[in-house]
Amino acid sequence: MSRVQNVVVGSVRTALGWVPAQWLPGGTPDPLIERRAAIGRQASRLDGPQKVAGEARFAAEVAMDRLVYATLVHSPVTRGRITRLDTAAAEAAPGVTLVMTHRNMPRLGTLPLIGVSDLTAVGNSSLPIMQDGEIRYNGQVVALVLADTQEQADHAAGLIELDYAAETARTRFAEAKAGARTPASILIDKNHVSIGNAERELASAPYRVDYLYRTPGQNHNAIELHALTVAWQGEQLLVHDATQMVAASAAALAKLFGLKKDDVRVLSPFVGGGFGGKGLWDHQILAIAAARLAGRPVRLALSREGVYRIIGGRSPTEQRVAIAADAQGQFTALVHTGYSVMPPYGACPEQYTMGTRSLYRARSVEIVQRHIDLDIVPNTFMRAPGEAIGTFALESAVDELAHAMGVDPIELRLRNLPERHPISGAPFSQHALGQAYRDGAGRFGWERRKAEPGTRREGEWLIGLGCATGSFPYARMPGANVRLTLHADGTATVSCSAQEMGMGTATVQVQHAADRLGLPIDAITFEMGDSALPAAPMAGGSCQTASIAGAMAAAADKLIGELLRLAGNDTPLAGLRAGEVRFADAGIAGIAAPARHETFRSILARAGRETVSVTAAGSMPLEFLKFAMHSSSAIFCALRVSGVTGEVRVDRLLGSFDCGTILNPMTAASQFRGGMIMGLGLALTEETLFDERSGRIMNATLADYHVPAHLDVPEIDVMWTGIPDPRSPLGARGIGEIGITGVAAAVANAVFNATGKRVRELPITLDKLL
Amino acid sequence: MIPVGYVRASSLGAIPPMLAGDGHRLLGGGTNLVDLMRKGVERPSLLIDVTALPATIEEAADGGLVIGAAARNSAVAAHPLVRVRYPILSRAILSGASAQIRNMATVAGNLMQRTRCVYFNDVAGSRCNKRAPGSGCDAIGGFNRYHAILGASSACIATHPSDMCVALAALDARIRVDGPGGARTIPIGEFHRLPGDTPEIETALAPGEVIVAVEVPASPFAGRSTYRKVRDRASFAFALVSVAAGLTLDKERIADIRIAFGGVAPKPWRALQAEALLRGGPATSAAFEAAAAAELAHAEPLAGNAFKRELAKRSLSAILAELAGVSR
Repeated sequence: MSRVQNVVVGSVRTALGWVPAQWLPGGTPDPLIERRAAIGRQASRLDGPQKVAGEARFAAEVAMDRLVYATLVHSPVTRGRITRLDTAAAEAAPGVTLVMTHRNMPRLGTLPLIGVSDLTAVGNSSLPIMQDGEIRYNGQVVALVLADTQEQADHAAGLIELDYAAETARTRFAEAKAGARTPASILIDKNHVSIGNAERELASAPYRVDYLYRTPGQNHNAIELHALTVAWQGEQLLVHDATQMVAASAAALAKLFGLKKDDVRVLSPFVGGGFGGKGLWDHQILAIAAARLAGRPVRLALSREGVYRIIGGRSPTEQRVAIAADAQGQFTALVHTGYSVMPPYGACPEQYTMGTRSLYRARSVEIVQRHIDLDIVPNTFMRAPGEAIGTFALESAVDELAHAMGVDPIELRLRNLPERHPISGAPFSQHALGQAYRDGAGRFGWERRKAEPGTRREGEWLIGLGCATGSFPYARMPGANVRLTLHADGTATVSCSAQEMGMGTATVQVQHAADRLGLPIDAITFEMGDSALPAAPMAGGSCQTASIAGAMAAAADKLIGELLRLAGNDTPLAGLRAGEVRFADAGIAGIAAPARHETFRSILARAGRETVSVTAAGSMPLEFLKFAMHSSSAIFCALRVSGVTGEVRVDRLLGSFDCGTILNPMTAASQFRGGMIMGLGLALTEETLFDERSGRIMNATLADYHVPAHLDVPEIDVMWTGIPDPRSPLGARGIGEIGITGVAAAVANAVFNATGKRVRELPITLDKLL
Repeated sequence: MIPVGYVRASSLGAIPPMLAGDGHRLLGGGTNLVDLMRKGVERPSLLIDVTALPATIEEAADGGLVIGAAARNSAVAAHPLVRVRYPILSRAILSGASAQIRNMATVAGNLMQRTRCVYFNDVAGSRCNKRAPGSGCDAIGGFNRYHAILGASSACIATHPSDMCVALAALDARIRVDGPGGARTIPIGEFHRLPGDTPEIETALAPGEVIVAVEVPASPFAGRSTYRKVRDRASFAFALVSVAAGLTLDKERIADIRIAFGGVAPKPWRALQAEALLRGGPATSAAFEAAAAAELAHAEPLAGNAFKRELAKRSLSAILAELAGVSR
């Protein structure tokens, strides 16, 4: 991201400040906010029966004739080059169709990195993919074997002989800090924010905290491993992939392989967990290239270790947070700076200061992120990149300050809630963090917390309560398209390329379509997961639902016009214009005169049409540049720490969320809980063991990389304000990522309350509490 | 992946000749061996399935138990005699792995488990003297949070991962083996070996020998014995430190006592020094702490596992206090 971008985004924001709200998307609240029937109902997920019956087809399950199976060989060397490569034994092994190395891999360009300016740029790494004998990170793919069975491919892969000349690699975080870069922007925000003189305020304040917080690298562990089944038909390419970005992947693959856009079709109806990890990486390119060389359809499923080796995870960070307060507890300085890893060939800036920019007002602010360059597989987006670990540092510091001041930590937060966005000055579209705290504290029983740490004990166990704020910005992506088709029988089909990753996308959009079109849920079909359908943006930044909703609203507007035209004059609607009618009762009705109504069936029958179909794109998402649009949460945690062993056992978690309209309480609660469980892993167990001596990940298995087991997960209560956001489609803001934010700090703060020990380095393992 | 042969052993007598070939290995539940084969750590040429060997759990004449080599871990843990007379053994087994793995794993296989050292497991990228003798040890100076503070050598610092064996060590179990040299019995304390210069040799089994059964002698500790496992998550993680302990009291004095540690050494670590200090002495917190400190005085911690000395001391003191009913 560049200085130019800072200027552009800054200018747009400034200009939008002068534009009347009603001219913009979200200027007039979505009428469905007031008129909900299916939305907000506890609808069971539509794909549930398919999933439990094993009928949902995932990418690695698609059957194809003459299919061959791929196995990858990874470099154990971090930096260097291949000096000897002997594939003869592998090629001669039973069942082997192809051994592909840099010698015979088709010459390809590199993938443009994922960014905000080009929606077809979705690469996670801009390194060359098997184009030469150079090794650039540990785990890089150096060979691919195709064989008639997976076992034959695995066997042959072990017969490839490789020697390397290793060179010195950059692998040490602390040493690399000296060469850190300071990017001009972090995503679409200016990186360095400096208001007033924070260091001077810190030095003179009556109360201050100033500490370093450290978070480890983490890896993606979706249940479904990255996989694709791919076939060439002449110059046409068919890819069944596990991806969060169906349409953009198809466009990017067409560009990379020099194909016409319409000749690439990516199918991905179901994805077994994405979390930011299921983008475009080397394995898709390799499988597609191998399928072309072999002239056979190919299936490639990464091993669990393979995911660790070639799919990036969350960057480690070192963060400084300093807060100063005056005698009344008003923040006079807020400092959040630090280091994370982002090699120049990667795309994820691990935006850990984002929450800090919106959560508190302070007289002086100093925020800047610095990037370290290491020889690694590029780190990537991983559930609430930035906020998940940024809120750990910030919200631990707030708790430390509250303790130093002898003020209740909730009270201290409420005293410093901003009226407007603290950096941009933009008004909040909707913001009820205070209510989320009050509601959450009431249900959780916060009043039972003892302010003095280490004073509640049950046997060997020390009891502690803690809380913290979570935060995630609202966004809507440009490039969202939806096709609405009405059928002669009065049913409707919604079509867009988006995939179902388990969060309930199809279910919620069917609920939405039902209310938008005035139809019952069972009259709606949702077609998805196919790049041949109107393009949806990638599922990222918790903005898929709002983005599709915006496009569907636009399509519905267009459909009204089309239906009025078809209805002609021989209709109760005759003479009404598009702005004077709305969808109601399986048809169209006058707004002022609801009795003037005609059903879709009647309109289509009279017009002699089997279907009527419109496609529309969502409006430009300018609302979040004019308004400050953020979701926030209050996370509460009750836990025990063994006074003997330091083991931490979480007894209870509660999340109180302020995320606009909740579209489906069942799928939303599931999203929140899942995020909070991942937050528990972040707090207590998850850590990538990256051996800085070698640059190699040492715990590339689920046995050695600890995600929470069932027994680690307590009762989790979730609740929400449910206050609609007047500036977003349906009044909703994304909920996919906010669940993880704030949890690590709530746990750390509860550990402090239990023991009096402040742990500033995740994960909070027992040795840190002995 | 390497092609491998597979045969089922129909009787005990059939096994020793089968074992004679190069790379011939016994297969129980496969919960460890098959994993290691997938990683390329183990490369057997022939697997001899011994799950048809005796899996019975029978009462011995002396009031102890004889557990067949092929008995499943879950069957042992659930057996009424084990639960009543050896709760320490039942608890240890149930604190290991998951229900699914315990249903597969055999008693002999549990005894023969190999370390979970991440460098041992990393064939492609790491040096390991246990896996490739003489190649070096990347765990020293690397990630050694799970590694040994007692009994290790400059060649190897790996720990034995079993929970069951820690309880067996405290119970003075004996391993009944058979082979070319005839039947014999090996005390559990001599079954697993310390690494020294030959970390690749892990047990006292001679070539061709097969574990037939585990004998657990009658124990006076049933009423006052327990197993506590301290780990990084509440279940499905290996021990950082575990303690198996049992004692009998004669008024306020300790009549007899057994203590074994897991997670701190290349083998289940019988704390003989602590036992000797406590036997016949007062059952007080001070005595427990002094004995724990004496046992751990020989610990040689590394950067990643220095906390284990304190953790082991505290865990042992707390467990003994609990068993003796002494408030701390």
